[in-house]
Amino acid sequence: MNPILFYTFGGLAVVTALLMVTRQNPIASALWLVVNFFAFAALFALLSAHFIAVIQILLYAGAIMVLFIFVIMLLNLREEEIKPRQLQFSGLLGGGLVIYLIVLLVLGLLKIPAAPFEASTEGFGYVAPVGRLLFTKYLIPFELTSVLLLVAIVGSVVMGKRKL
Amino acid sequence: MTDGILAAVKTFAIFFVVINIVPVLIWMERKVAAYIQDRRGPNRAAILGIRLGGMIHSLNDVIKLFTKEDILPPHVNKPMYLAAPMIAMFVATITMAVIPFADPMTIGGKKFLLQIADLDAGLLYVFAVSSLGIYGVLLAGWAANNKFALLGGLRASAQMISYEISLGLAVVGIFLLAGSLKLSDIVAQQGSDLWMWNIIRQPVAFFIFLAALFAETNRLPFDLPEGEAEIVAGYHVEYSSMKFALFFMAEYAHIIVGSCIITTLFFGGWHIPFISADWMRANADLLLKINWAGFALVSILGGGYIAKWFRKGKYGDLRDFEPLVIGVPGILTGVGLLGLFVLFGDQVHLTGLWKGIFIAGLQVSVFLAKALFFCFFFIWVRWTLPRFRYDQLMRLGWKGMLPLALVNILVTGWVVLFGGHHT
Repeated sequence: MNPILFYTFGGLAVVTALLMVTRQNPIASALWLVVNFFAFAALFALLSAHFIAVIQILLYAGAIMVLFIFVIMLLNLREEEIKPRQLQFSGLLGGGLVIYLIVLLVLGLLKIPAAPFEASTEGFGYVAPVGRLLFTKYLIPFELTSVLLLVAIVGSVVMGKRKL
Repeated sequence: MTDGILAAVKTFAIFFVVINIVPVLIWMERKVAAYIQDRRGPNRAAILGIRLGGMIHSLNDVIKLFTKEDILPPHVNKPMYLAAPMIAMFVATITMAVIPFADPMTIGGKKFLLQIADLDAGLLYVFAVSSLGIYGVLLAGWAANNKFALLGGLRASAQMISYEISLGLAVVGIFLLAGSLKLSDIVAQQGSDLWMWNIIRQPVAFFIFLAALFAETNRLPFDLPEGEAEIVAGYHVEYSSMKFALFFMAEYAHIIVGSCIITTLFFGGWHIPFISADWMRANADLLLKINWAGFALVSILGGGYIAKWFRKGKYGDLRDFEPLVIGVPGILTGVGLLGLFVLFGDQVHLTGLWKGIFIAGLQVSVFLAKALFFCFFFIWVRWTLPRFRYDQLMRLGWKGMLPLALVNILVTGWVVLFGGHHT
């Protein structure tokens, strides 16, 4: 893995994540998240997980965020005036989470001289090996996920119908 | 290092080709529209009396768009307003990166791909990039701060999301048959046998894909995002000068890319029906002679046909000589080629590098010919069918094409499983 590329895209991911959280305008916020997904896709590609990288762009940047932005535009949200009490609560929650993450990171760094990773084999991260794993070793989680998605679809149809 | 330079050259070449087909397509659009509506089309703009059948109009357009005042309306969201046309054009052109234009050439024992990147997830890359195209339209609609633009942007995004699903599902059948997502594998699997092309083996997928592609490119009969009668011009209503031109070019670039993808997926890519790449390599000299003589003959006949239009005193000015200016060089070129063919035709033997270049050139031309036919098809449909109503569009997408695509996957899966078609 090329360290220059890694630090470039890693830095981009961090910066865009910060920008996403700090923007007042919801559309700008959503767009920085899209850029963040790109940085992530690049990191996946550097780890030679090509399939995941493409799927990251296709699903997250191309489909899910488009729906988010679509909804924001439809509701025509303005720059929100956040209520003081909400701000306090969210600050508390965010602070707690940050502390938790820092503890996790430190614990992880202390444990780092673990066994080195195996060298990735030829064709690692391509479509065919990922598909083979999905349909053999991880078949049950894969099928359960599809059931979960079906439940979500049925739920949204029911909710949509009730309003009509 | 050389790989990087090669990739840069290829990227530039492909971008250059796309950018230069755009004005040709605009000319084609105007001419085809005119002939479908029984009129002559653009025929006024001229350089020294030469009109090239109206093609000079495209040049005039470029100069007009470059020199127009670039207005930045005061009420827009500036960064997004500026980013939207760039995204639109960028997304439309980078899809070309994975399209194979010809068989890989072998130069000095090294394989030379005629495509920028042969990605393992090739077709997924195409979908991933084309799904980003929504951002250009959506941001343009929102940043303009104009209710017509916003409506156009919303319509575009709803439409593109709906049709992307059918677009993606339609090609799953092709994945099943080819056993790969690589575009070069899909082309190789179709081969030069016409009956193995996916248009024959996956006709349902082809029609779903075609209809969804029209919706993706926002072309008639699905051009509701810019429905002039209802919402002025839709998402690009606030844009002027080159920023508008970028949207305009992106639309045509989308058509070119879409045609290339249809050609690759369903029409055998660069294959010539019934003439395999191996046969071409073995009989390169014969093919060169056929092409040489054929080109000479076409030049003479075409030049003669154009020169026949010459009438003295038809207009009474320089325009009289236009057929001669185009026709006579055509005839002369043809005669010259024919003469060279008679003199040197027997002595020419293609070897090594030249043979590879000749065959690759032939394959690229075949590919571009197929792609240009589909570009024409896009224009043909635009001037033939009326616009859909919005609810009809959504009903067709969700209740018609989506179930059909699912049934197609099921049937193809059965055939592959029980028919032993799997390669």
